[in-house]
Amino acid sequence: MENQTQAGLRRIAIEPISRVEGHGKITLLLDDEGHVKQARLHIVEFRGFEKFIEGRPYYELPLLVQRLCGICPVSHHLAAAKAIDQINGVKQLTPAALKLRQLLHWGQLLQSHALHFFHLASPDLLFGYDSDVSKRNIIGVLKEYPEIAVQGVKIRKFGQEVIRAVSGKRIHGIAALPGGMNQPLDREVYQYLTAEIDQIVEWSKDAVELARRLCLEDTELFNSFASTESPYMSLTDEKGGLEFYDGNLRVKNADGSILNDQFPNERYTDLIQEEAKSWSYMKFPFLRSIREAQGGDSGWYRVGPLARINNCDSISTPLAEHYRQDFMKIAGNPLAHQNLAFHWARMIEALHCAESIQKVLADPDLFSLDLVAKGNRQSSGIGIIEAPRGTLFHHYEVNDDDQVTMANLIVSTTSNNFAMNEAVCSAANQHIDGNEVTPGLLNLLEVAVRSYDPCLSCATHAIGKMPLHVEMLDSKGQLIHQLSKNSNGEFS
Amino acid sequence: MADQKIKVATCSLGGCFGCHMSLLDIDEALIEVEKHVQFDRSPITDIKNISKCDLGLIEGGLCNEENVHVLKDFRENCKVLVAVGACAINGGLPAMRNGIDVQDCLKEVYQTGYNLTTDIIPDDPEIPRLQEKVQPLHELVKVDYFLPGCPPPAPAFLELITALLEGREPNIDYPHRRFD
Repeated sequence: MENQTQAGLRRIAIEPISRVEGHGKITLLLDDEGHVKQARLHIVEFRGFEKFIEGRPYYELPLLVQRLCGICPVSHHLAAAKAIDQINGVKQLTPAALKLRQLLHWGQLLQSHALHFFHLASPDLLFGYDSDVSKRNIIGVLKEYPEIAVQGVKIRKFGQEVIRAVSGKRIHGIAALPGGMNQPLDREVYQYLTAEIDQIVEWSKDAVELARRLCLEDTELFNSFASTESPYMSLTDEKGGLEFYDGNLRVKNADGSILNDQFPNERYTDLIQEEAKSWSYMKFPFLRSIREAQGGDSGWYRVGPLARINNCDSISTPLAEHYRQDFMKIAGNPLAHQNLAFHWARMIEALHCAESIQKVLADPDLFSLDLVAKGNRQSSGIGIIEAPRGTLFHHYEVNDDDQVTMANLIVSTTSNNFAMNEAVCSAANQHIDGNEVTPGLLNLLEVAVRSYDPCLSCATHAIGKMPLHVEMLDSKGQLIHQLSKNSNGEFS
Repeated sequence: MADQKIKVATCSLGGCFGCHMSLLDIDEALIEVEKHVQFDRSPITDIKNISKCDLGLIEGGLCNEENVHVLKDFRENCKVLVAVGACAINGGLPAMRNGIDVQDCLKEVYQTGYNLTTDIIPDDPEIPRLQEKVQPLHELVKVDYFLPGCPPPAPAFLELITALLEGREPNIDYPHRRFD
């Protein structure tokens, strides 16, 4: 859509952003010479979960909040579960409950990563960014690259079946209880899982190779496209290894040095704060220490697969560790900041999940009935977990009647809000500025956002629906996101 | 399935995308469906504007003015319009905000909320205004079918599409009529 603003600038809106989960919109403002004056990503939906779950009994939380998102319901289910474990004073789950939760989470990450790479992003990578719109989708991939598409569909199916085996349903199942889990693994689905897992590990390995090849096919594009340097945040285990379910927070600076390590989860508000802007329902979190030192819009950071692979010192499964070392050697200098490297990192994680599932499926604890631990009731709980798209925070306070009195949710995509806006600005400056605007070039802006695998469903949890909108507005617009700024994240 | 191709558009309004995920849960059957179905506007394609379609699948309720606009657009262009899932059928979980004033909701999230450094309530013209109440689709337009569930299971989607191709009424098996 195209029209004129009051200031006489050309406004271009890309709406809705497609092949992402949820609703977003990008706006550009161009002057007479076609120079980009503003580029913004807007989230246009708002649901208000934080408000309407007040007053609900806390043990309903895992079921309520997973409805934030149909793509990663398990992440919200488990983040809430970790918080309500604490409310029940449970510090240590039974071995069976812990393994079931980890298995559930690996299934979630595997299916979500496969969905993103194969169903949503691969058409850009396989056909090209400016290819025919009618085939630039998973159906087109099924026709032209049936082997790749079918493997993607089956990897996702396997992840979904892992979720069904633990929670009874592929989407919005029921698994976690305060202090544990409600049932052992489903034996019928287990037969399918054990029969398929070796193949899934093999295909996941192929997927890493494919992502690697597609990234390196055009190294100039790979290294320059919408590239931006930033700090990274993720959980790591006590030794600094890759960890999705437990662990503490680590933040690395853009130069690879460590800013915070083993930062206690309960003190997360000392690490980050959030601010709002008038043009997006999605908030903008930032690192407090950097903002206090540098002011302005400084302190933004990234989360997700790239952050986790950059942050961790090792991966516990052999194949994924091999590919992590390979990735860091080729893309890391010392960290990998490339926008498209998200895809590569995402597939390394998918492989790690497949390997981890392979290992845990041999564990008889999955059928144990020792599933719930008990403790002394507390008044608050903070559950932090690595969702497919990055670090996810659920923080609740409850009263003596078991009602929720405060909820603070920072969903993964929110942490990448600044970064995605930066990526849009960077891509617009690189490819649109001064050029004739074509649909192919506009798709490049979506490609820059798509790398982050943004989940705008999650991001719009605030009350309904938040659209994501990248906007380049004129100099009279509020809170101008100037495209003339450098790619180091200095917002003017 | 019959030989002709039907044109299908899908979208999510105030939903969580779980219904779209469940549609993709038909797994390998997607290969067969592709032979009979052409996808128009949908989150899985890059087609941004809907054209005349045989079938429109909508998940999510009406949360904001943009949702209303998109729903009307779908109704105008789709021969058969289906409300998919709990939110489209009765508002679902997002309708839990209906007992609360919208301004109170916004205030809580953006002004008095936890660990915030600003008190800005987003109000830019680029952002759609919220509806006072979250509404189901049938309160605004005629809905031809309701596919229940949170989300409806994959076989229910498959039966709906198959029935349309075969020119008969859909018949969802009892186990696949979900109300959770």
